[in-house]
Amino acid sequence: MESVSIGKSVSELHELLVHKDISSTELTKAYIDRIQAVDPDLQAYLTVLEDEAMAQAAEVDQKIAQGETLKPLEGIPMALKDNMCTEGIRTSCASKMLENFIPPYNATVTNRLRAAGTILLGKLNMDEFAMGSSTENSYFTKTRNPWNLECVPGGSSGGSAVAVAGDEATFTLGSDTGGSIRQPAAFCGVVGMKPTYGAVSRLGLIAFASSLDQIGPFTKTVRDNALVMNAIAGYDALDSTSVPYETPDYTKFLVNDIKGLRIGIPREYFGEGIDPDVAKGIKAGIQTLIDLGAEVAECSLPHTEYAIPAYYLIATAEASSNLARYDGVRYGYRADSNDVLGMFKKTRAEGFGQEVKRRIMLGTYALSSGYYDAYYLKAQKVRTLIKQDFDKAFEKFDVLLSPTAPTPAFKFGEKSADPLAMYLSDITTVPINLAGIPAISIPAGFVNGLPIGMQLMGKAFGEGALYRVAYTFEQNTNYHSLKPNLSGEVLTCGSR
Amino acid sequence: MVVANKYEMVCGLEVHVELQTKTKIFCSCTTEFGGEQNTHVCPVCLGMPGALPVLNREVVNYAIKAGLALNCEIAEFSKFDRKNYFYPDLSKNYQTSQFDLPICGKGGLEIEVDGEKKWIGITRAHMEEDAGKLVHSGDTITTSNESSVDYNRAGVPLLEIVSEPDMRSIPEVLAYLEKLVQILEYTEVSDCRLEQGSVRFDINVSLRPMGATTLGTRTETKNLNSFSSVRRCMEYEIARQARVLDAGEKVVQETRTWDEGQGVTLTLRSKEEAHDYRYFPEPDLAPLVIDREWVERIHKTLPELPEARRARLQVLGLSAYDAGVITQSKALSDFFDAALSSYEDAKTLANWVMGDVTRLLNTNQCSVVDSPISAAQLAELLGLIDKGTISGKIAKSVLEDMYSTGKDAGVIVKEKGLAQISDEGALLGIIDDVISANPQSAEDYRAGKDRAIGFLVGQIMKATKGQANPGLVNKLLKEKLS
Repeated sequence: MESVSIGKSVSELHELLVHKDISSTELTKAYIDRIQAVDPDLQAYLTVLEDEAMAQAAEVDQKIAQGETLKPLEGIPMALKDNMCTEGIRTSCASKMLENFIPPYNATVTNRLRAAGTILLGKLNMDEFAMGSSTENSYFTKTRNPWNLECVPGGSSGGSAVAVAGDEATFTLGSDTGGSIRQPAAFCGVVGMKPTYGAVSRLGLIAFASSLDQIGPFTKTVRDNALVMNAIAGYDALDSTSVPYETPDYTKFLVNDIKGLRIGIPREYFGEGIDPDVAKGIKAGIQTLIDLGAEVAECSLPHTEYAIPAYYLIATAEASSNLARYDGVRYGYRADSNDVLGMFKKTRAEGFGQEVKRRIMLGTYALSSGYYDAYYLKAQKVRTLIKQDFDKAFEKFDVLLSPTAPTPAFKFGEKSADPLAMYLSDITTVPINLAGIPAISIPAGFVNGLPIGMQLMGKAFGEGALYRVAYTFEQNTNYHSLKPNLSGEVLTCGSR
Repeated sequence: MVVANKYEMVCGLEVHVELQTKTKIFCSCTTEFGGEQNTHVCPVCLGMPGALPVLNREVVNYAIKAGLALNCEIAEFSKFDRKNYFYPDLSKNYQTSQFDLPICGKGGLEIEVDGEKKWIGITRAHMEEDAGKLVHSGDTITTSNESSVDYNRAGVPLLEIVSEPDMRSIPEVLAYLEKLVQILEYTEVSDCRLEQGSVRFDINVSLRPMGATTLGTRTETKNLNSFSSVRRCMEYEIARQARVLDAGEKVVQETRTWDEGQGVTLTLRSKEEAHDYRYFPEPDLAPLVIDREWVERIHKTLPELPEARRARLQVLGLSAYDAGVITQSKALSDFFDAALSSYEDAKTLANWVMGDVTRLLNTNQCSVVDSPISAAQLAELLGLIDKGTISGKIAKSVLEDMYSTGKDAGVIVKEKGLAQISDEGALLGIIDDVISANPQSAEDYRAGKDRAIGFLVGQIMKATKGQANPGLVNKLLKEKLS
């Protein structure tokens, strides 16, 4: 069953709910039906919460019946990446280690979205413990790109991107440690925001790399994205890295006007490894922005080439410590053994997948006595230099612009045999996490039938400027309104 | 310490103190001791996925307070680090601690051994979280089929105080520990209940030939929790190292453990097996910035420390020895001060506190804080003596009644009719009776035998069941006989 409501933006659906053209129950049911229809192909969901969602929707409908004013996200069905804790609902991190883990508490974002009145449809697939760029590292299943089922959706928040692109949820949340929101958003043709580090609480987000992780929304439109940010951003006293600042109403930045706005184009982001067609597509987008009145100039972020090694030292070092708690003692998978040490070793050997173990090993090595200064400490120094690169660039520019990813979506298996090639594809996204600044990926065209994303980077807590440019671009292009054909026709990567 | 005049011992200590904040260091769980297993826990101290620490500011306040009392520099900028190692009692398999930038820097305290004063340096003191506890089904880990973990203690705040290797004898070590515990008790940063494990000691000790200036190879013996264990452990370990050196061998640098039952130290792990803790800055917590005002605010809350208190008591007329005894424990000293607020004669008060009161408490194995006789009640009793209502001797028995009944001295004196007879009329009648009953003694006194008056006084006291005011009796009797 296809509903006419499916695929509409959050703001459109809000109007329909307010005017009682549709009930939240009908809307939620339509999404559940849609999930049942397309998810066997897409594999975005790890858990679908039909009964819970329908019950929540009924509550909202009661409120509507009683004439209560609806909040902007009230009654809207959405879904969460499976690394955000949901009380009483399995949160697996797509790992065998947490296959049966049911958290006793909610993440702050879970609570905030519940307070906003949203309906939780389910939990979404991802690379195990958010480690990966293709969602191929999930213990459970491979999520497929709706634009081409032979291609990866990107990662690690692959399920979150696909659920929005495939109309299996109105919006979703993902997490971004080195590009895990922006790259899948680009691969799937949706809007994905990685907010400033400290803008959205990390409490209840199962940590990969604490100093880099940040939660953000996937949406169909820029307006929807701003609406979701309004609901999830803001200081949380229970996250010591959350920044106490006054959250603006992000929708007030949604103006179709970028006249005089200064946009910098870092030349290092168009260098080696960038698909010429992708570069061409982004340059066309830049021309659109120039035509709309933006002042565009090239600039340099000279330490970009060191970002990948620095990132893979810091992220793995933190991960090696963050993932130490999975030992079979308190929760999660436990392997049988005669002694404690044996249990630790066997539990971790059997409970973690290859990529997770690889990164734990790398991180453990980087922190080891005698190597700390050469690796971890040096990486932190590089991090400072990268931050300074951005600080300097933002003296001259309001926003920086680049391709979100060097290529469009690639085929399953294409890079999974070569971890280094996979790591290198993060070149355009990881510097942003190292600097802690916000960046958004928006649909900016197609290469061989696959979406490409434009990345806009801003100053810390400068999400507003990103929304302004993104909104203006969106209002003057139609990429965001194109939909993948999910009627069953299977295309080959690069043939469309 | 001189071992057979050949070696000098060198010792430094690490002391772990549980800070007595109401809640844990990174969550709002209670720090209360005991409680059913795993009832004082939450996602944070259980290390659940996604949980994040929030620093308890009170822990910082306590650490600053302890640091100030130990003459330490308080760091304007300090941070937390992760100490990574796998052990089931460690819920995250890393301990959040402070590595290279601790909250307290250099400090120290003065000890006195055999009348000689000596300064013992403190290198640093840092905050960290305590681990949980393994609970074995059998007596020991090796004889148990299964073990469980109790995380009630996980996340209880600790201050680790590291001394310089400044101690040269066991008495110096014990004096340092006693002084340290005394200061921590006075500042109320810890309840210092050694029997509950709220203070634990690690001993670093080495020997070197007499006159040598370089340090010998040391061993570290971990996790002792009483002064007597420290003493016995050190006696054993020094003798052991001396034997090794005497045999021409080398002491192995290693971590050892104290076996209380056997009275020996045993190898726990060698230098090669030492953990690589892979310290790195805790990314879930912001660095800690402590400005001067914060330190000043805590400085104002510092109580009078033992030394200052002792000096004050000496000014009030107590001997150095008495002042030392009274201030040895904060509880006793507080009791003394409370009584002093309503009773002025410090010397008399000290005699009672150190004498009868302490004896009563000891006999009943009762601590000063739980004393059924309050300081105010003691002050009232001593006031009754001064006013002549009761004699000192009667007071002693009144004190015992006060202990067993909890009643005020005045009430007991009244109920039992123990008030001294100071009524001249009543006494003169009794005196007349005694003189007429003992004419010989009266005659002797008049004849110049002064001793005879003692007998007569005794008879009068006997006739009044000890309640006659002795001074008044003396005076009236002499008048009568002159």
